[in-house]
Amino acid sequence: MSTLLSDTPGNEELQDQPQGAPCDLPPEAHSDLEFSRRTFVKAAGILSAGVASGLPRVAAAEKARIAATTAPQTVSLTLKINGKQQALTVDTRTTLLDALREYLGLTGTKKGCDHGQCGACTVLIDGHRVNSCLTLAAVAQGAEITTIEGLAHGDELHPVQAAFLEHDGFQCGYCTPGQICSAVALLEECRRGDLSTVSWQTGQTTSPQLSEQEIRERMSGNICRCAAYPNIVAAVRAAAQGARS
Amino acid sequence: MNPFHYQRAAAPEEAIHAVAATRGAKFLGGGTNLIDLMKYDVERPTTLVDINHLSFTQITASPDGTTTIGAGVRNSDLANHQIIRTSYPLLSQAILSGASAQLRNMATTGGNLMQRTRCFYFNDTAYTECNKRNPGSGCAALKGFNRIHAILGASAGASSETASCIATNPSDMSVALAALNATIHVQGLKGKRAIHIGDFHLLPGSTPHIETALKPDELITSVELPPSKFARNSYYLKVRDRQSYAFALVSVAAGLELDGKTIKSAGLALGGVAAKPWRSADAEKALVGAPATADTFRQAAELAVAGAKTYQYNAFKVELAKTSIVRALTVAAQGVLA
Repeated sequence: MSTLLSDTPGNEELQDQPQGAPCDLPPEAHSDLEFSRRTFVKAAGILSAGVASGLPRVAAAEKARIAATTAPQTVSLTLKINGKQQALTVDTRTTLLDALREYLGLTGTKKGCDHGQCGACTVLIDGHRVNSCLTLAAVAQGAEITTIEGLAHGDELHPVQAAFLEHDGFQCGYCTPGQICSAVALLEECRRGDLSTVSWQTGQTTSPQLSEQEIRERMSGNICRCAAYPNIVAAVRAAAQGARS
Repeated sequence: MNPFHYQRAAAPEEAIHAVAATRGAKFLGGGTNLIDLMKYDVERPTTLVDINHLSFTQITASPDGTTTIGAGVRNSDLANHQIIRTSYPLLSQAILSGASAQLRNMATTGGNLMQRTRCFYFNDTAYTECNKRNPGSGCAALKGFNRIHAILGASAGASSETASCIATNPSDMSVALAALNATIHVQGLKGKRAIHIGDFHLLPGSTPHIETALKPDELITSVELPPSKFARNSYYLKVRDRQSYAFALVSVAAGLELDGKTIKSAGLALGGVAAKPWRSADAEKALVGAPATADTFRQAAELAVAGAKTYQYNAFKVELAKTSIVRALTVAAQGVLA
């Protein structure tokens, strides 16, 4: 499996997992399995190429789509992360998420789905929460980027971090940096009176209060596989009450 | 993802020239859809021209009541702007019902109009049959799991499978813009022009890969809303499998201008049912001049889905659309929630 993944950056965590742990096959059976899978993939490729050549119009269109290729390009950037300017040269394809994790050693921000669906990669750009997996590093140049590493003041935790600890707002912890960054922005959005779809439904369209329903809606861009949602809601609510008092 | 050149534009003209001069170049706004599709290898631009640093990020109201929204305004800023909340609550509701807070912070007004379909088969290059991705290759959705697909305006004649497409437009914002009669302002090498929202998104016909009236060198610069008529009586209803962070199976943008109990004018658009926000002139005609009653709404609902064509898994959408229209109009007629 690792050979299939090896040319993809950012898969260390996957590769570190013991291979084939879930089943009890002897080592040689593993390599056989891997070999046959690779052979299958190859065979399937040849098969689909054959099918495609039987449909010349399809093949031509597919060729035209893929023909327009550019050689890999690099871009030199300066990113301001947690108040510190950092210079780096990256492939233009590099997302902010990969720049943080693979180039700058800021591995607190997590890669979950890598498609803007799970929220594990949430960071703040100029105070706004965004999915760093769908943000190109090049686009983020010139902005103030805040990651989970930038929330605490020395040993003093950010109130939202403290609330997540206090209310046990996690189980495995993988989504937690994204949850916390998201919640930090949520409190600011609430402070300035931003609405959610729940605010419209409940008619609370001037300074909506953070009910459980509001918190759940406003945090819906952060998925927790362990389903620690009740405690996440409690943590966000506690942090909101702390922010008010 | 394929390699590409990256270029940051400082002015609209610079961005337009850059895209016009380079084959396969694309504008990059929030990137929430484009970067995602590039990761799936569905989009393969040779150059990305970054338009995030252009200055069209204002929302302004004219003395005549017209409101102009810069194409670079983020979805979250648009939904929460005081003018939009007060005068066009329908638009605020539609935007806030879509995506997540993170995505709304990134997505732009122009980019939202350019969103591509969420058809499973379009988004997965393992399926070679997709007339949108590979013109002339067929449509995997026709015989596939087509629960989320179109019931109106699709091109799926028995004789033309090589041109068929039953994909839907996923935008909530565009549905509200359709009900509000918005105008899209664009700029290209040949100058500026305005496109009515009804003409902006195209039905698939025999060219499902051409989705909008925008020419390759044209850039959306702003969206104009006519003076507000539905501020007091409008409602965006979104029906979906999850209560939050999911695309619409069916959505309804309903706006009514009432004179007592009589409907003076109406804006009604459906989402999740066609390749564009679906407006029915017949349905709106049935509303105008009629009393705002359940009977009137039911009649409009029937007219709105006239000519619907269903596939194996999406027949439920016809009844769902009708009941959703009646409910949205009923809530709109009752007046603002706030």
